[in-house]
Amino acid sequence: MTGLTKTGAVGEPVPAGTEASAFLDIRDLKVHFPTDDGVVKSVDGLSFQLEKGKTLGIVGESGSGKSVTSLAVMGLHTAGQYAKRRRAQLSGEIWLNGQELLSAEPDTVRRLRGREMSMIFQDPLSALHPYYKIGYQIVEAYRVHHDVDKKTARKRAIEMLDRVGIPQPDKRVDDYPHQFSGGMRQRAMIAMALVNNPELLIADEPTTALDVTVQAQILDLIRDLQKEFGSAVIIITHDLGVVAELADDIVVMYGGRCVERGSAEQIFDRPQHPYTWGLLGSMPRIDREATDRLIPVKGSPPSLINVPSGCAFHPRCPYADVPADDASRTVRPELREVGSGHFAACHMRQEDRERIYTEEIAPKL
Amino acid sequence: MFAYLIRRLMAAVVLLFVVSAITYAIFFVLPRLAGSTPDQLAAQYIGKSPDPKTIDAVKQNLGLDDPVYVQYWDFIRGIFAGREFNFGPDPAQCNVPCLGYSFRDHQEVWPEMLDRLPVTASLAIGAAVLWLISGVTTGVISALRPGSFFDRAAMGIALAGVSLPMFFTGTVALALFTFHWQIFPNEFTPLTENPVRWFQGLMLPWFSLAFLYSALYARLTRAGMLETMGEDYIRTARAKGLKEPVVITRHGLRSALTPIVTIFGMDFALLLGGAVITETVFSFNGVGSWAVQSINENDLPPILGVTLFAAFFIVICNLVVDFVYAAIDPRVRVS
Repeated sequence: MTGLTKTGAVGEPVPAGTEASAFLDIRDLKVHFPTDDGVVKSVDGLSFQLEKGKTLGIVGESGSGKSVTSLAVMGLHTAGQYAKRRRAQLSGEIWLNGQELLSAEPDTVRRLRGREMSMIFQDPLSALHPYYKIGYQIVEAYRVHHDVDKKTARKRAIEMLDRVGIPQPDKRVDDYPHQFSGGMRQRAMIAMALVNNPELLIADEPTTALDVTVQAQILDLIRDLQKEFGSAVIIITHDLGVVAELADDIVVMYGGRCVERGSAEQIFDRPQHPYTWGLLGSMPRIDREATDRLIPVKGSPPSLINVPSGCAFHPRCPYADVPADDASRTVRPELREVGSGHFAACHMRQEDRERIYTEEIAPKL
Repeated sequence: MFAYLIRRLMAAVVLLFVVSAITYAIFFVLPRLAGSTPDQLAAQYIGKSPDPKTIDAVKQNLGLDDPVYVQYWDFIRGIFAGREFNFGPDPAQCNVPCLGYSFRDHQEVWPEMLDRLPVTASLAIGAAVLWLISGVTTGVISALRPGSFFDRAAMGIALAGVSLPMFFTGTVALALFTFHWQIFPNEFTPLTENPVRWFQGLMLPWFSLAFLYSALYARLTRAGMLETMGEDYIRTARAKGLKEPVVITRHGLRSALTPIVTIFGMDFALLLGGAVITETVFSFNGVGSWAVQSINENDLPPILGVTLFAAFFIVICNLVVDFVYAAIDPRVRVS
């Protein structure tokens, strides 16, 4: 355990109850939503660790539980949810800097939000309040956690806007969100998220709503800021290109569970799970022949109420019949170590996996 | 922002002129089309037994034989410059803003309306404060705990409030609190005369009116809050670490209030122009009940006056709503 966390790699699950040594340590996280149709198991047993200064990419398609995980870390599933019967049910452990968040008082978690951990959302237009000036919204974020007067906070807001590359920050600070372009809004969101020097930054699809040239700028900005502030970053995306650029470690999620995790190198060079193969195959690459077609993952994401038996991916998996005894359909695969710090949840034997990868998958990637 | 306000202001002025022209046409042209002769109109001013000579004189004086546009022009001029009428033994000066003379009691319309305005205004303002506070608060609490006991109870009562007409609620309130338990008096006392009596006398109409309106406002606020609290920027506000009351009021309620402001402007203006049913039920001598009385007596000038007056309030309140809108929502100012 200690050896793994020192390198910042995504490690083995730690037994529950013991105090964490990683900066962010999530153990067996479950987020279930009771609905009239049944319990939606958005996240169903997820564990990973993250050290300061490192970037973790969480990848998966819509409904795989990426965003739900990040909202769970931020404590945003329970904040403001007064109606008990609709409330999300969370279990497991989330350790941030030695403090367990799921069992902590709501007000304790609130004090951490925005200061120790903060978040950038997907669509900066809807995530910013249309009625308040950009500057006011940043000042507000600063003054919740710092006992300073408005003037000092305003100076800080201008400083942050300047830092994220807003031109004429002393003028634009008095603009409203609708007066900003999409990229500038996301910059303003980032300024707001970083105004308190958080140690954990969660970026939930930060570039999805932006056009491609701006995407690259925003990713560069996040990377630069991470180097500068030394914070831990979780980047959530369905775009493998984004994680390829930023992430040290990658967690691949499917149907609310982690199907593969490891370093970015391991995931991109030696992927072990058929779903990861599918994701890689559907990613456009500049070093690929232009005539090659992208290979989509067939089928659609699983229902989170009636998760397929056995391996949740088996209905879409071309290799579901490779493991013996119909294991894919009957037994839920656990994460097994397939390399140093590299885990995959698949019933296929190592030899089969490597053979299929080298013979069938790798040539097409 | 400034250009927006000027534009709105000018639109309001034009609108008032259009409203006055239409109203004038309805009250002074339509009777003629329906067969009323200038002679009959003049006779209405004089009273019981008009002789032809007086009728001619009055007709001359009021310009009842003039073309409509001349009469309308005289009417408008009267509002801004005053007018002299000469239909009785003595010439009478009708001061600015002159809305004409009542056929029935030979009083100027404007001072009579001013006399009755405190009644209507007391009624409208007090009820508005009550229903805004109770309606919005109930709506917010309901929206935060949808499906809870409070929510169900409040929305049930609100449904009753919206469905029950004023003449029912008001009459029941009167029967119980005034006649049965004799808690509140049933008369209007001017504020300047006796504030305590003023307050007591208005309690029942205030609560009856507020019950009706707060029901509507509670439902509106609840719907607005439910929608707003699901917005992304509310999640952002929480992600900043803001305390929940701040999230609800500063980020949630501020957005949810925008449609409420619009409706409130209309409702309040309509009430100021005469809370017809409420004043009638509680036998208050306000602008609304005066209009009803004038309609019953075929007394055209007061009806025209009250209509214009009400239109004036509606235009003014809408103007204020536009300004408030611009203050609330910065996006309005650019478009």
